[in-house]
This record gives sequence, structure tokens and C-alpha cells, in this order.
Amino acid sequence: MRIVCENLSYTYNEGSPFAAKALDGVTLTIEEGEFFGVIGHTGSGKSTFVQHLNGLLRLPTSLKKYKPKKRKKSENEAPMSVLRVGEFDLTSKNTDFRALRKRVGMVFQYPEYQLFAETVEKDVAFGLENFAEKGQKPTEEEVKRAVSDALATVGLDYNEVASKSPFDLSGGQKRRVAIAGVIVTKPEVLILDEPAAGLDPLGKQELMELLHKIHGDWCKTVVIVSHDMDEIAENCTRAAVFSEGKIAMCASPKELFSHAEELLSLGLDIPLTAKLVLALKERGIEIDCDYTVEDFVQKVLARKGGRA
Amino acid sequence: MHALEFRNVDFAYSEEGKRDFCIKKLNFTVEEGEFVAVLGHNGSGKSTLARLSNGILASDGGEIRVFDSVLTDKNLFDIRKQVGVVFQNPDNQTVASIVEDDVAFGAENIALPREEIGRRIDFALKAVGMEEFRRATVARLSGGQKQRVAIAGVLALKPRIMILDESTAMLDPKGRREIANVALRLNKEEKITVLFITHFMEEALLADRAVVMNRGEIVMEGTPREIFSRHEELLTYNLTLPRIGRICKSLSEGGMSVNDTLDIDTLADEIARDIKGDSAL
Amino acid sequence: MKEVTFGQYYPVDSFIHRMDPRLKIVFLIGFIVAIFLADNFYGLAACAGVLILAVALSRVPVGKVLRAVRGILFLVIFTAAINILFHTGEHVYWQWSIFSVTREGILFSAYLILRLVLLVVCSSLLTYTTTPVSLTDGIESLLTPLKWIRFPVHALALIMSIALRFIPILMDETDRIKNAQKARGADFESGGPIKRIKAFIPILVPLLLSAFRRADELGDAMDARCYGGKTRTKYKKLHFTWRDLLGFLLLAALITGVVLLRIYVGEML
Repeated sequence: MRIVCENLSYTYNEGSPFAAKALDGVTLTIEEGEFFGVIGHTGSGKSTFVQHLNGLLRLPTSLKKYKPKKRKKSENEAPMSVLRVGEFDLTSKNTDFRALRKRVGMVFQYPEYQLFAETVEKDVAFGLENFAEKGQKPTEEEVKRAVSDALATVGLDYNEVASKSPFDLSGGQKRRVAIAGVIVTKPEVLILDEPAAGLDPLGKQELMELLHKIHGDWCKTVVIVSHDMDEIAENCTRAAVFSEGKIAMCASPKELFSHAEELLSLGLDIPLTAKLVLALKERGIEIDCDYTVEDFVQKVLARKGGRA
Repeated sequence: MHALEFRNVDFAYSEEGKRDFCIKKLNFTVEEGEFVAVLGHNGSGKSTLARLSNGILASDGGEIRVFDSVLTDKNLFDIRKQVGVVFQNPDNQTVASIVEDDVAFGAENIALPREEIGRRIDFALKAVGMEEFRRATVARLSGGQKQRVAIAGVLALKPRIMILDESTAMLDPKGRREIANVALRLNKEEKITVLFITHFMEEALLADRAVVMNRGEIVMEGTPREIFSRHEELLTYNLTLPRIGRICKSLSEGGMSVNDTLDIDTLADEIARDIKGDSAL
Repeated sequence: MKEVTFGQYYPVDSFIHRMDPRLKIVFLIGFIVAIFLADNFYGLAACAGVLILAVALSRVPVGKVLRAVRGILFLVIFTAAINILFHTGEHVYWQWSIFSVTREGILFSAYLILRLVLLVVCSSLLTYTTTPVSLTDGIESLLTPLKWIRFPVHALALIMSIALRFIPILMDETDRIKNAQKARGADFESGGPIKRIKAFIPILVPLLLSAFRRADELGDAMDARCYGGKTRTKYKKLHFTWRDLLGFLLLAALITGVVLLRIYVGEML
């Protein structure tokens, strides 16, 4: 599913003294098959953006219904917004959001805080049952198979945890269960907001491995929101930098981090490899790498070998 | 002088006897004026350490000393005045909606006179660089700013030891830098002993000394450099090297002569020397 | 980040905004007394005049103020209709069975409507011009005398303060949990009442757990800051200024005026 977004704007508390513009004319295309990164600091609009992708936040279509005079005026100011995810047109009122959400999964920040059921099995099966077509309730056998698959994907053993209360698990396990509850329907697009936040280093590493595993399998597109530039450099095919509701840059990590100064001026971090590339440049050594640790090390060693 | 001392401290969560994270016969000292980083994976017992230090949790055995007085039920308030603890979630530590009202809370609790509370608010907000936000609404601050307010709220009690219990875990990189800088400043300028509990390996590099906890025990101790030079051992405690350590390791495995430095500029110097030295040959 | 609007505070700087919250609370109480003491047209007109002055001084747009009235419109129309139809009097305009429309009934309803509108406008003016935080401070300060009968005024104030701090956080959290469950296909809008109530369990359980977890952490953070000692001081002091004196004098004049009108003009029906 290709994600096409043009001139997307969104304001919280529109019309009140607390109105806050969160998105301001965002135009962006995410191709099927990407592992896409969304960067920006808190309040840059990145979370608002991703919540549009499965219709949790919607374009204010009601404005178009009445006041035909005003409509013309505002159209002159802001051109028509476009938001399409695959064949779904999210600007239309008739979109089947349930069908959309079945195919576009979303993992929120700290997803373990959204667990609610008495057993892990019931919690993971929640989405499966909600998304089932009317009159086609999945059989017990089907539920069990899907839940067991989802748990296996996140590295948990069905026999061990399925009948436990999710609240008796450790923090890291809870997060895995929560993610299993989203991927149980095998969405084609998976969006994750800060999936690694609060995890320890090993937990982070395992989580990224998990995402790559499903990305190579049934999940065609992964979109992650992240603060961690090293994470972006090492995992993403492309990334968009949000700043004050607009897209400041959108490119592959290699290109993005070659504009390190620009990122720093936006108050954002750069990966450690980019910092080292900058420091080496000051010392007269140009390293042309894609900013992953492996490639950086290889290129540096090649310089040594090449000259020796 | 020892600022904080644990002598054979035991602690067990009393939950049906299974799966408790305990502290086992823990011996641990922090000298006055030190900046100590406490590392460990989630559930290694590092947060329990913080909550034991100011008596929020009571130990099941052993002795905890703060500047030579033993922590008991009777001197709890005196100890808490000396040992300030800042917690993880920036949203869950403020009682008031306005910054100065919240910073005043601790000082009000120890019944200081009004003028002194005012002076303490000035001091605390200045120490964390939030003096412009005195009248601001807490809800509208960034995570890093909220956490600085939380630190100020503890500073208003003028503690001699400050424990940051994973206070950076929920922040973005900018917020993390803010908190790390505040902690360093408090240590260097206000001469406050700092215990920095974290699972961001990079943050340990700020410290004079680092300890690694695993299953309620201290398993490694030394300068951050010493600790990170023992990478194999770190891995067995479910910890990884900071990224810069990984790069150093890969470079030296590839035959480059770099030390286990943990500083970007030093590493760049060493790489440059190695490459240029080679090319000069 | 989503900004949560809590309460209906209207953020401008004005004469009324700057008044001491205690005076504003006292003024509201006094004003309510005045509108119920006023039993003739002149008295109510005086109350309306004072309130119009206050609204003008507050710089809160008139539309905003009147919006508060819209909320009770149904109640106003309903009570007025009942009163017009059932009130008996000498000047009968129309009569059928037990229903009658009389001059007294119409006047009585008109006064009632006026009183309700004044009451609602004055209370909403208080919340438009006073932040929830200063309202709490004002209430705490006004309740201070109750300390003598061992009423835990401070604890009550702390509870209000913490509630003000956490209600927006929990509202935000509710939104987030609701969105997360929606993303998993939860449906909160369709089905019968039982289905709808059941649909809220996936929101309620995590919300309650989160509230408990937050309460736990907040408790630790309060303990860490030496909460729970025997004595305690208070940093914040409210200041009574010339504005408050003016407000107080105006209220006193209004009540005296209304009482005098009540004595010398009497009930007008």
C-alpha cells in the first residue's frame, strides 16, 4: 500500500484560544516496501501525522458542507488536501475505516499500558475478533493459531504465556504482548510510535530485529517514529524530518545525515557515525559512508588499507 | 567521608515468594562529591537501590548510612532532607499546576518560613536553568523541562545527595542532554553527590565511577572506561557497549591502532593519526 | 502535543482577571443573595447593571458569556412555560381548564428568567476570569477558619490541586488508549447499550491501572519531598488590592440598594 499525502494540515482545538497548529501543509509519499523513519522533536507534528494514516485523526471535512462562500476563500489559501493509503481515500466521508485499520496496524508509545484483558490470549485476540467480518466469527482453533503465531513472532511461547494475566509479565514481555495484539491480523503497513522507548539496550536491539523479521515477511511497509538517530541510520530506507508541523527534509539516511549541520540547527541529534565523520572531516579525512556502524568501520578501515 | 553506604543490605518484594527482584547482601559506598553511574538492565534492582536510600522502601536486613547516620524509622525526614530522589516519569512527580507552587511543595513540607521558601525557589530554579519559567504551567513544558522542575522541587530541600532514578528514560535526546547537564552542574558547582541510575550506556560516560548491577548485586565497578573495556562481561549482564565503544572495538579488530577511548574527538584524532601515518609510509 | 483545555478559563489580562479569587468567590455568593433578595424590577435591573459592568471590565467576549446561557436555555424555557401556565393572578388574559395566563404569571416568569440568566452569567464569569488553580487557592483560603474544627483544609486543597494537575493528563491518556483500541478495531459508536458499555472495558481497565500507577509514583515523589510532617507552612499568599476593595464596595452597595428597594418599592407583580 502506497501512502500519498499532499497539503495535510491539522489544528488541535480549532477555534478556541488554545488552538495549536500541529501540521502545516505536509506533502509526503511513502512507497510500498519501505522501512520509513519519522524524525522530529516533541511537538514537531510527527505523532499527529502518523495518527492520520489509519484515520484516528481525520481531516475536518465538515467545513466543506456549508458556508459555500467561505469555502472558496479557504481553498484559495490552502489547496485541497490529499491523503491516500493504498486504495483508501481518507479525505472521503465514506471510507471504511475498519477495513483500513485492519490493514494499517498502529503501535502507540508504551503500548503495554493499553493491555486490558484477563489473559494474554484474550488480549492478543482482541483485534482479531474486532476485525472479523460480520457473521464470520473466527473459530477457537483459528484464534489459537493466530495468537500463537503472533506470540511466536514477538518471541514468546504460547504454551507458556497465553493463559497468564498480561499484568503478571515483566515490562519487556508486556510490550511484546502488546505488539502481538497489533500484528495478530498481519497488517500490510505497520506504524510504530517510539517502539523502543524505555527499553534497555538489549531490548531495543531485539525489537529492531523483530521489526526487520516481519518486514521481510508479510508486513510490506514499516513506519517508525523515533528520536534515536542511530536507530534511523541503521534501520531505515528513508526518513522525513518534521519541524514545526512541516517537513524540513526527506531523504535516505545517507543523504539526510550528510546535511548534519542542518539537522543540528533544527535542534536535532545526528548519529554517532555522522559526528565522527564531521570530526574526521575537520582533520582532513573525508569518509563517504551510509552512516551505519558497519559501513563506517569498513570505509575507515578501507582508507587505512587503501593507503598502506 | 562516605556520603552513602550500604552494608549487607537485603531486600525482597513480598509477592507470594516467586519472581521477586531482591537486593542481596549489597555492599556499596559513595564518597562525598562523587558522581556515580549505576547501570543495569530493566529489573536488575537499580531502582530498588534508589528507593532504599531514602527510606521509601525499608530494607529487610543490613544497614544504610547517610553521612554516618544510620537510616531508621525515626530519622526518616532528616534523611529525606539530605537524600533527594528524582523518579522516571516527568508527569508523575508534580503536585501543583504552576512551576513555583510545585517547587515550593517540599520546602513547605519542612515548615520553612515564607521568605526562605522564596529564596529556595530562586536557588532551585536557577540551579536547573528554569528561572524564566517560574510562573509557567507545568503541563505545557517539554519532558526535559518537567524533569528539571522535578529536580528543582527536590533541590528546594537542599539535599547533599541527589539520586536520579532513570530520570532520563522517558525523555527525548534533547531532554536527556538537559538532565545530564543539570546533574553535572549540581555535582561540580553545588558540590552535590550524584547517583545517576540509567540504562543509557552513553550517559555513564559522564560519571567518575560506574557500577553495574545484575540480579540485585553489584557485579562490576570502576571508571566508565574500565567497565566498557570489559565488553564480553557486560554482555553477560544483558548490557551492550555504548555505540562509540562498538566502533572502537570493530576498528581495532580490523587492525587499526585505536585505544578504547569513549570520546569522539580523541577517537577522531586516533583514526586520523593511524590513516595519515599509514599514508606517510 | 495535544493541548488539553480544562475548565473554561479565558486567557486575557483584565481588571476582573486580576482580582483576588477570594473576593470573586465572595462576590458571586453575595450577588446570588442580591438577585434573590431583589423582588422588583428596579432591584433586578441594578443587579443586571452591575453584572454588565463586570462583563465589560472582564474583556471576555459577550458571545462567550452568552454561550453559557445557551446551556440552560431549555431549563429556562421549560420553567417559564410552567410558571406562565400555572401561576394564578388577578389580571387573567386567557384561561382553559387548570391553565391560565395572567399578568402576574408573565411577570413572575420574566423575573425568574432574569434571575437564572444573571446567576449563570455571573458564575461563568468567575470561571472565565479565574484559573482553576487560583480558584482552588481561593477556596482553601476561605475555608481556613474550618481548621479550628479540625477540618483537614490543607489535605482538601492538596487533593484539589493534584486533581487539577492530573485531570488533563488522564484525559489525554484516555484519548490515547481509546485511539490505541480503535486502531485494533474497537468500535465505540455502534450497537445496543450493553454492547457499548462492554466496549468501554478496554479503555477503563488500562485507564484505572494507569491512574493507580501514577498515584503510586506520585506518592513516592511526595514522600521523597518530606510530605507528611506534623507542621507545614504555605508559600503562596493571596493579596487583597484596591480592585478587590472596589469590588467589595460595589457588592455592598448593590445589596444595600436591593434591600432598600425591597423595603420602599416592594414587590411588583
